[in-house]
Amino acid sequence: MDKTQDHLQPCDNTTVTLTEPLLLQSGITFGPVTIAYCTYGKLNPERSNVVLVFHALTGDQYVAGPHPIIERPGWWHHMIGPGRIIDTNRFFVICANVLGGCMGSSGPKENNPETEKPWGPRFPVITIRDIVLAQIKLLDHLGIEQVFCAIGGSMGAMQVLEFAARYPHRIFCAVPIAGSYRHSAQNIAFHEVGRQAIMADPSWKQGNYLEENTVPSRGLAVARMAAHITYLSEPALQRKFGRRLQDRESLTYGFDADFQVESYLRHQGYTFVDRFDANSYLYITKAMDYFDLAEENNGILANAFKGTQIRFCVISFSSDWLFPTSESRAIVQALTSVAANVSFVEVESDNGHDAFLLNEPEFHITLQGFIDGTAEIRGLPARIQD
Amino acid sequence: MDANEHSILPRTHSSLRVDLQLVADQVVPDTRVLDVGCGDGVLLAYLGKVKGVDGRGLEIEMPKVSAAVRQGLSVIQGNLEDDLKDYPADTFDYVILSQTLQATHNPRAVLEDLLRVGKRAIVSFPNFGHWRVQLSLLLHGRMPATPTLPEAWFDTPNIHLCTILDFVALCHELNITIEKGYALDAMGRERVFSAIGRWANLWSEQALFVLCRTKNSGFD
Repeated sequence: MDKTQDHLQPCDNTTVTLTEPLLLQSGITFGPVTIAYCTYGKLNPERSNVVLVFHALTGDQYVAGPHPIIERPGWWHHMIGPGRIIDTNRFFVICANVLGGCMGSSGPKENNPETEKPWGPRFPVITIRDIVLAQIKLLDHLGIEQVFCAIGGSMGAMQVLEFAARYPHRIFCAVPIAGSYRHSAQNIAFHEVGRQAIMADPSWKQGNYLEENTVPSRGLAVARMAAHITYLSEPALQRKFGRRLQDRESLTYGFDADFQVESYLRHQGYTFVDRFDANSYLYITKAMDYFDLAEENNGILANAFKGTQIRFCVISFSSDWLFPTSESRAIVQALTSVAANVSFVEVESDNGHDAFLLNEPEFHITLQGFIDGTAEIRGLPARIQD
Repeated sequence: MDANEHSILPRTHSSLRVDLQLVADQVVPDTRVLDVGCGDGVLLAYLGKVKGVDGRGLEIEMPKVSAAVRQGLSVIQGNLEDDLKDYPADTFDYVILSQTLQATHNPRAVLEDLLRVGKRAIVSFPNFGHWRVQLSLLLHGRMPATPTLPEAWFDTPNIHLCTILDFVALCHELNITIEKGYALDAMGRERVFSAIGRWANLWSEQALFVLCRTKNSGFD
C-alpha cells in the first residue's frame, strides 16, 4: 500500500433502507430495499462535485482505502484518493453495493424481514435497470439531483450507460470503461458455465445452503476460475506463468497443480468464496446477461441517447476479449449518430479485461485529462498540481 | 491523418502554425466544428479557447487521440472514410479537412460527406499543378518530389493528388459553391492572386477552400 492511501480513512459503510419498494423490470414490486454504500471526500455546498462509481460483478462499495474483509486496499485505490485521478480533495465519491450483492445491500444472502430467513432463491431476479434504479433512489435519499460524473468498468460500464440513457438530466459526464451496451452470446455462455458449476455443487441445496449451514464453495470457486480466465489475455497468462511449474522441479504425473497457472487459478477460486455469496453470483451474472440497451430501444442503440447533453468518454483496452474494443466502438457510433459529445480511446495493453483495475499509465493520464477538462467546463475547482 | 506534417512551417504570434491560423481565421466564433484528422488537437484547443467553438475531433492515430483527450478535448479514434458516415447531417457549422483529401480512397465521396455533416467545409490540399511539379515531370519523366510533396511514389500516402483546376472542376460537378479560396505558398502563406484560376494552379504550392452546398443542390 503506498503512502497516499494512509490519508484515506476507512469507509464508514453506511446503509439506508428505502422508504418505498422498487418496481422491478420483471414487474415484481420488491421491498424493503437496503443499500450499503461508501463515500469519500466532501460534498460541496452546491452538491455539484459528486462522482458516482459503479462496481463490477464481484466488486463492492470499498473502492478505495482499506477493505474490511480482504487485506488489500479498495479495488480502485490507485484511481481514487487524495491527489488521485478522482481526487477526494475535490470530489465527493459515492459507491454503492449493487442490489443483489452480498456486501450489505439487499441480496439473496440477507434476511427476508417477513420470514427472518435468508432470501436465498426466493430473492427476485433483478436486472441492470433495477440495479441502477436502486442507486437513483440512493441519490434521492442523499439529496443529489445531478452527479458530475458516473464512471465504471465492465458491469460498472453497463450501469453508466443505463444511467445515462434513462436519467440523462442527472449526470454531467459519463465514463463507461471496458464495457458494452449488451452482453454478447459468448459472455452469456461463460456466465452460464459459472452458474452451472455453482448449481452442480451438492452443497448449493437448490439455493438454500445458508439455512442448511453449507456453502457451495467448490462450485463457486470453479465459477470464479472460469471467469478469471476471461479477465486475462493469452499474452498476459503466458508472461505471468508460461509453462512454469509450481514449487517443483519436474512433472508429478498426477492431478496436483503442477503448473503455476493451475495453482494461481485455484488460489483465485478459493479466496473468492471467502468474500462472495454463491447466490449473489447467480443473480448478478443473470442481470448482466439480460442487459441489452439496443433491444430496449427497438434494436437501435442510438435511440437510447437521442438529444443527450452528457459528455462521454468511452475507453477500451486492446487485449480485452471479454468486452472488446468493437463493443465500445458501437457505443461511440451510436453516440456520434445523435451528435453527442464523445471522446473515445482504446488503450494499448496486454492485461486483458482486468486492465481497467490495474495501474495502466495511458489509461490514467487520458482519464485524468478528461475529468479535469470536464470539471473545468462544469465550473468545479481545478486540480492542485503537485 | 496528417498526410504532410509541416513541422518546418513558421508559427504565428498566437503560436499556431501559419496554415492552421488561416483555417482558424475562417471559423466564426461560437460555432460547432469538427476537425477531421485533428492530430493532438492543437487547432481544436485554439478554436475552443480563442473563439469559444464547440469542437470535436476525429483522428486515426491513437497516441494523438490520447494526447487530445487528455487536454480535455472531445476526440474519438476513427478513420475519416469509415466513421464520418456515422455523423448525422447538419451536425456542424464547419468541418475541417486539412491536407488529407489527397490521401483518401474516395475524395469525391469524402467531399460530399463533409458537406453533408457540416454546413461548410474548410479543405486544404497540396497543388499538383504547381510549376515545379509540372517541370519536374516534364524534365525528368519521373514522379515529382518537391518540398511540399517530398515522398517517393511508393512511399507517399497521397494516392489521389490533384491540381487546383481539378479540384475546382470537381466542386462544379458536385454542385459545391466555393465561398472563398486561398492560393498558398509552401509555408502556407497567402499568395496575392485568385485561388481558382490558371495562375494559382501554376504558382501555388497549396490551396485552401471554404466550401458550402449550392442551394437546391442534391445535398439539401
